[in-house]
Amino acid sequence: MDTPDSPTPPKKRWIGQSVTRLEDLPLVTGRGRYAAAVSFPHQLHMRVVRSNHAHGRIVSIDTSAARAVPGFVAVWTGADVAHIPPIEFRPTKIQGLEHYRQTVLAQETVRYVGEPVAVVFARDPYQAEDAADLVEVEIEPLPVITSALDAPGEFTPGRNTEPVIVRKEFGDLRAAFQSAHAVIELDLRIGRHSGVPMETRGAIGRYDATRDVLELHGATKRPHPNRDMLARLLGRSPSSVHLYECHIGGGFGVRGEIYPEDVLVCAAALKLGRPVKWIEDRRENLMACNHSREQIHHVRVAIDADGRVLALDDEFFHDQGAYVRTHGARVADGTASTLLGPYLVPAFRATGHFRLTNKTPAATYRSPGRFESTFVHERVMDAIAAKLGLDPLEVRRRNLIPHAQMPYERPMTVSGTPVVLDSGDYAAHLDKVLARVGWDALRADVTRRRVAGETVGLGLAYFLEKSGQGPVEGVRLTVDVTGAVELVTGAASLGQGMETVLAQICADGLGVDYRQVRVVHGRTDLIDYGFGANAARVTIMTGSATHIAALKLREKALEVAAADFLEATPEMLDIIDGRIVRKDRPDAPSVTLAQIAKELTPASAVAKGRTPGLTTDGVFECKHESFPFGAHVAVVKVDRATGGVKVERYLASFDIGVAVNPMLVKGQIAGSMVQGLGGALFEEFVYDASGTPLAVTFADYMLPNLSVVPDLEILLTEDAPSPLNPLGLKGGGESGITAVGAVIASAIEDALGLPGVVTQLPVTPQRLKAILNRAR
Amino acid sequence: MSNEMDIVLEVNGTQYPLRVEPRRTLADTLRDQCGLTGTNSGCEHGVCGSCTVLVDDEPVRSCLMFAVQAAGHKIRTVEGLADGERLHPLQQAFIDNHALQCGFCTPGFLMLAVGALEKNPDIGDDELRDVLSSNLCRCTGYQNIVKAVRAAALQMRAQTAGR
Repeated sequence: MDTPDSPTPPKKRWIGQSVTRLEDLPLVTGRGRYAAAVSFPHQLHMRVVRSNHAHGRIVSIDTSAARAVPGFVAVWTGADVAHIPPIEFRPTKIQGLEHYRQTVLAQETVRYVGEPVAVVFARDPYQAEDAADLVEVEIEPLPVITSALDAPGEFTPGRNTEPVIVRKEFGDLRAAFQSAHAVIELDLRIGRHSGVPMETRGAIGRYDATRDVLELHGATKRPHPNRDMLARLLGRSPSSVHLYECHIGGGFGVRGEIYPEDVLVCAAALKLGRPVKWIEDRRENLMACNHSREQIHHVRVAIDADGRVLALDDEFFHDQGAYVRTHGARVADGTASTLLGPYLVPAFRATGHFRLTNKTPAATYRSPGRFESTFVHERVMDAIAAKLGLDPLEVRRRNLIPHAQMPYERPMTVSGTPVVLDSGDYAAHLDKVLARVGWDALRADVTRRRVAGETVGLGLAYFLEKSGQGPVEGVRLTVDVTGAVELVTGAASLGQGMETVLAQICADGLGVDYRQVRVVHGRTDLIDYGFGANAARVTIMTGSATHIAALKLREKALEVAAADFLEATPEMLDIIDGRIVRKDRPDAPSVTLAQIAKELTPASAVAKGRTPGLTTDGVFECKHESFPFGAHVAVVKVDRATGGVKVERYLASFDIGVAVNPMLVKGQIAGSMVQGLGGALFEEFVYDASGTPLAVTFADYMLPNLSVVPDLEILLTEDAPSPLNPLGLKGGGESGITAVGAVIASAIEDALGLPGVVTQLPVTPQRLKAILNRAR
Repeated sequence: MSNEMDIVLEVNGTQYPLRVEPRRTLADTLRDQCGLTGTNSGCEHGVCGSCTVLVDDEPVRSCLMFAVQAAGHKIRTVEGLADGERLHPLQQAFIDNHALQCGFCTPGFLMLAVGALEKNPDIGDDELRDVLSSNLCRCTGYQNIVKAVRAAALQMRAQTAGR
């Protein structure tokens, strides 16, 4: 047996295990505490009066009838909140967007249907709705812009509706196009859709005069940055604003941002002296919560005779909707910087027109920018194959970044940081996928069926994801005198299973059962900082901080055990299930973490010159993101009569580096794949020419239900751990959605035998029928 | 309000004497007046099924039923599924099969499935998929929900056979 200088690194007992979730028990027994279940004595209910016009000038707002409704307490219009600054967005290096922010209530102009114009407060939610219905808003219509292709109009005098053009460029584009064997041009469109969590938004503002603290309940995603923003908007110190997360019914990028309603319940709680509760209804949710995705791409690609891409030049038009909120131009920027996906391309230019229209403001939705850019680069790969008569797989193989070039630095940035693809053998992964799915047999079967008259097709799409946005994350880990472990993090839980995953990482580091660990999140009063749960970062950033904290705590516990209890050196000891034992004599006397915690109570600790408490912080810093990757394979059957598409078979692969809980990772893949299927075939926020949204119920906005979901095969690999963190982690939050639009388009095209005809998502029955009719 | 009505709701075997407006939905009444907040409202127009409860053993969208209509009927909600600390086989199967993520749709799926399995313990795969297609989930992709309900169906049949 070797005797190392420091304690032996803990064995992996929990990491890699598909253990059941710590989160589940309250959720299956009806004890979930979502925002609507949060109530305070004497609370008021807020109802928002929204614009029915896509663009117009507010002429008058008559609140007299509303005031007569029983239970009415107050009504606010723009004038009542004119002192509150517009809602901020995440700062980036892109300048000039601040003039396009949204105020919490419209001041003089409305710019989308659903924009908050007034709010009513009443004692009961039904009464609040009654009163809001009676608020009469007269609006003088102004011309509307409903497409990012329309020429930019005037936003305010002197400012047009194209605040910025996102540009990325490297290599010699001109030379590449001049020397090209062929040039391919595609016009591609991605539809407007979004996260649409099953729980609508909810926010409860409460002011506690005993502590001079303003509370916002129903917060999530980024509690600390949101606290800081609320404090700035309402003129308070951040330490006097506390955000509380409850159970959250799904996030997907849209939930947990600061919206007008969050600010309004807080301002009202301060002004009216009563807790103020707002629960969104579904119609509001579909017209007021962030939309996403809508882009139009004109892409030109220079290729050589072997199908290698020499240059890619993409001009795209990003439909931001009515205001710049929450993410600035990040989605357009992220689209531009991921347009090359996993491919090696020597020359590149992206020109992204970030344009405002008279629709609901847009921001991030799971795999923001990448669902869009993957559709573009995979349509390009299929187009190259069609142009040169090559196998689409072979075209991809020839263009994938070779493993020998890892880590591979692209001469550009994402969100301001350099793009360094950290690890991965993309071609080897493709081989694994083909072997798993039995590609050759599948290809032969599809061909045989097509010859027999079926409209069936096979497609493949490759994708590159990114994860682990920094810059830093921390946790505080404490063992109490009963041996229970508390892990406090500034991250948030959106249902992804982060409590379980962090507990597993903690359990291995410290030497306890993961069920001993209680994870506390979404509480700005319990930890000073946190950057939240977004961009597939929690397992990487908070997980790494947890690992670091657990090792530190382990060291402290072993030191005390060695000196005070076991007459040993720390190197001779291990922690197993919360008990510190001698490695060489497991049957010798031992001591529990609970006893160590008691030994470290303040009086006892200080007497021996120690820092009190079996507690420590762990901080992890990482400036670079990690890049997981994978491929999707789909077999679809098209109904020529209806234009309907049935997905018969689907395989999603993903290399996550290290899977802390494979069952949960597969859950992320499966759930996000079905969301992707929505964006590929069903979901779309359609508007009419006047800017009126036509999808404001679940009867019009078609979420996939079980009947349209195939049995999903998942290939989860751990071949390319990230070198950027101690456990080799990559993020899985966006794992299954990125390539769905691309692969469905590819498979439909294969079924039709018409290369290049699928250019627009979602491929609705109407659009597919139009393709079939044109092909006649 | 002058038009309020006095009713008694029987929920999970408990009588709740209530005074309600006729327009108040069963979902809101269960949540706000009975304190049973396990039943979630996801769309309030009868599409998503998050608010599914059993009324006389039939799955019902409680957002589309008024509380006054439910008076005199036996209502069952997710809070009534477990027997004390002992989970219903469906609840345990949802945990074991990772059939929930955010958990918001879970009470609705549980009640939908309980209703279906009680009515037809030998439900076939096609019919089961058909039934489970009535509710929406945004997190799981549904497959683990199907797996969980199948697993629970097996166990419920075994329990019945063992009696």
